[in-house]
Amino acid sequence: MAKILILFAHPVFEKSRVHKRMVNHVRQLEHISFHDLYETYPDLDIDIKKEQQLLLEHDVIIWQHPFYWYSAPAIIKQWLDLVLEHNWAYGAKGKMLTGKKIFNAISCGGSEEAYNERGRNRYTIPQFLAPFEQTAHLCNMQYLPPFVIHGTHRLSEADIELHSIQYLQLLVALTHDRISEEEYRSVTYLNDLLPVPEQVQS
Amino acid sequence: MDKNSLFFQAFVYLSAAVVMVPLAKRIGLGSVLGYLLAGILIGPAILNFIGSEGHDLMHFAEFGVVMMLFVIGLELEPEILWKLRRSILGLGGLQVLVTTFIISTLSQLLFEISWQEGLALGLIIALSSTAIVLQTLNEKGLMKTSAGRHSFSVLLFQDIAVIPMLAFFPLLASHQPDIAASAVKETTWTAGLSGWMQTLIVFAAVLAIILSGKYLINPLLRIIAATRLREIFTASALLLVIAITLLMTQVGLSPALGTFLAGVVLANSEYRHELESDIEPFKGLLLGLFFIAVGASIDFNLVMQKPVLILGLVFIIMTIKGIVLLVLGRFFRMKLDQNMIFGFALSQMGEFGFVLLSFSLQEGVLKKEIIDVMIAVVAISMAVTPLVLLINEKIIQPRFGAKEKEDERESDKIDEKNPVIIAGFGHFGNTVGRFLRANGVKATFLDFDSERVELLRKMGFKVYYGDASRHDLLRAAGAEQAKIIVLALDNLEKRLEMIEIIKKHFPNLRILVRAENRFDAYQLMNAGMMHVYRETLDTSLRVGTDVLKMMGFRSYTVNRMARIFLKHDESTIKKLAAIKNKEEYVASAKEYIEEIEKVLESDRHDPELQNDKGWDEESLIADAGGVKPS
Repeated sequence: MAKILILFAHPVFEKSRVHKRMVNHVRQLEHISFHDLYETYPDLDIDIKKEQQLLLEHDVIIWQHPFYWYSAPAIIKQWLDLVLEHNWAYGAKGKMLTGKKIFNAISCGGSEEAYNERGRNRYTIPQFLAPFEQTAHLCNMQYLPPFVIHGTHRLSEADIELHSIQYLQLLVALTHDRISEEEYRSVTYLNDLLPVPEQVQS
Repeated sequence: MDKNSLFFQAFVYLSAAVVMVPLAKRIGLGSVLGYLLAGILIGPAILNFIGSEGHDLMHFAEFGVVMMLFVIGLELEPEILWKLRRSILGLGGLQVLVTTFIISTLSQLLFEISWQEGLALGLIIALSSTAIVLQTLNEKGLMKTSAGRHSFSVLLFQDIAVIPMLAFFPLLASHQPDIAASAVKETTWTAGLSGWMQTLIVFAAVLAIILSGKYLINPLLRIIAATRLREIFTASALLLVIAITLLMTQVGLSPALGTFLAGVVLANSEYRHELESDIEPFKGLLLGLFFIAVGASIDFNLVMQKPVLILGLVFIIMTIKGIVLLVLGRFFRMKLDQNMIFGFALSQMGEFGFVLLSFSLQEGVLKKEIIDVMIAVVAISMAVTPLVLLINEKIIQPRFGAKEKEDERESDKIDEKNPVIIAGFGHFGNTVGRFLRANGVKATFLDFDSERVELLRKMGFKVYYGDASRHDLLRAAGAEQAKIIVLALDNLEKRLEMIEIIKKHFPNLRILVRAENRFDAYQLMNAGMMHVYRETLDTSLRVGTDVLKMMGFRSYTVNRMARIFLKHDESTIKKLAAIKNKEEYVASAKEYIEEIEKVLESDRHDPELQNDKGWDEESLIADAGGVKPS
């Protein structure tokens, strides 16, 4: 049984449509710790010891956030800067996170087509996520492909519900270690490992 | 013109006060001395404007003392009174006993009088003047120091002690009662009753005040407040005080004690501040009148006839009282400087002295010659008290203070001058200082409570004792080299005074000043302050923040809202402070309230005010032609 830590960052969660449903589905699951960063640290004063302890207690870490300006909301950066200390997370003596899995679970307004060489955004999502990937690498963690919900501005409530169920399925699979290394390597998005619900409209 | 007409008399008293009090304040003598001088000026000795009503007036003006005790009671919650019990009973009781004993023994040795007369004189002289002492200490901002607290305790004990004294005096009678005087003796309900019935009625009256204060007056005030007629509330406040005064006089108790009790009972009432501010102007005017009457009652003819006797008596009595107080203060572990203030402040005789003296005449306790001399002595001793305190403050204390500072400097010599000075180490300055220290910034503290200073020094703070508004003390504390001064004193007057002194002598200092509320802040801003910190702003916003969080709001959102609100509030207060015209001010203050309401309303709907448009996806969703969030 793998334990999952969701590091959730949404500055206006009360206005969110997508993340609200995602969180509703996974919040109460067994073996999952849901950690709401903006709610816990409204002043961005991150409790480093507590965060490190949480990391140690879990096997899979998820940065769940809206994909603001091709990146994460500010508190995630603050978290990275403060929690991943030298000689703790990285460096010659920093081996505390070795072997843990980590990935981003994000929502973005643009469609999947917009995120490629010829699209409006000119780069793919994994290319934009390079800083996260490299951070994981430096900390001896295994960086998994992201879970992405595209075109959020066009999604109906029903669509969002289906994507959220998919997210739930992914987390259940992760807690039971049902996904092989092979499978991780074969996909761009973790979404691709799961059966796409037929009713999704877009 | 009829010299006795009401309007002419009012004109004389008021103009004397209006001329003399600001003058006295300007040259640093304090308002009490101003009133006394005004009284002497219009009294029989100089201008002789006062008609025969001068003495009646004093009786009327004593009502100011009654009101003062009511206001003091309002500020004193029962718990505080309970905490002071040791000092009231111990210090107050010992002061009256020891002083009475010494004076009565001495007077029998020096003059040919009976032991009854001696005892009566001792009791009269033991009493000090509540009116003069409290008014003067208040004006100097000393009420919260240990000298202020102990003085208050002793005065309270004396005011209570007057009651048994009034009962006891007839037993000391050894002369023929003055028929003319006893004819005016008031008839009270208790007059013809037996001793235990009198006691019973007294207890019933006190109980009635406490119970009605708790269960009757508060609901009544609520009904009256609901009418929203300000003058009726003022009228009922006055009525309350007058009714208690009448009741107390009828049962033969001191009205001052009665109103004081009522004040204490009402100290926890929600109308406490309204009552206080309604009574305040009456109290102030009547007390002023009382001081004028004291000044006017000094019989300079008599003083001219027996200058050595009268002035000698004033000097000897005040010295004896002062020494007794100093010794007792020492015994009650007061620091020397506080003890000096305490001793000098209470060394005079008081308004109850007048009462007891005329009572003695009426009951035949003392001879008329003695009483005439004593009235002059009492009045003069009251008149010189503010002067004595001034001498203590300007001449004696600085020497003593300087001496202590020199000792201090021996050990402080190697210390570098600190870049920050904090004036006032109460709860406010305390927090600032601790925060600075936690971050390795050294600060110098100024405080005028010597016991607190002692404690701070023990904790390793660098503290200078004294009135922070004295520029020599500021200089000694390193104001010339420092960069920043924090004015954390809880007295607004003192803060304003300090601002002027710092602007004049130490323009190098940046001033950060504490303000109690919005109105303080206006005054401070008009005094040129840029950095004004309202005690009631950040804390109340924190409470609001927590309320919203408990209501289910997201904490990060609420935090942002609170910071936006804070900035908005700070910018409006700066705008409002710039308005000098009073009417304009009232209008804009009203506008401001409406504005706040508008802002509050729009905070929830208007993304512009939240400055969080970057996180608002409504327009993006609209562009995408997608579904609107429900």
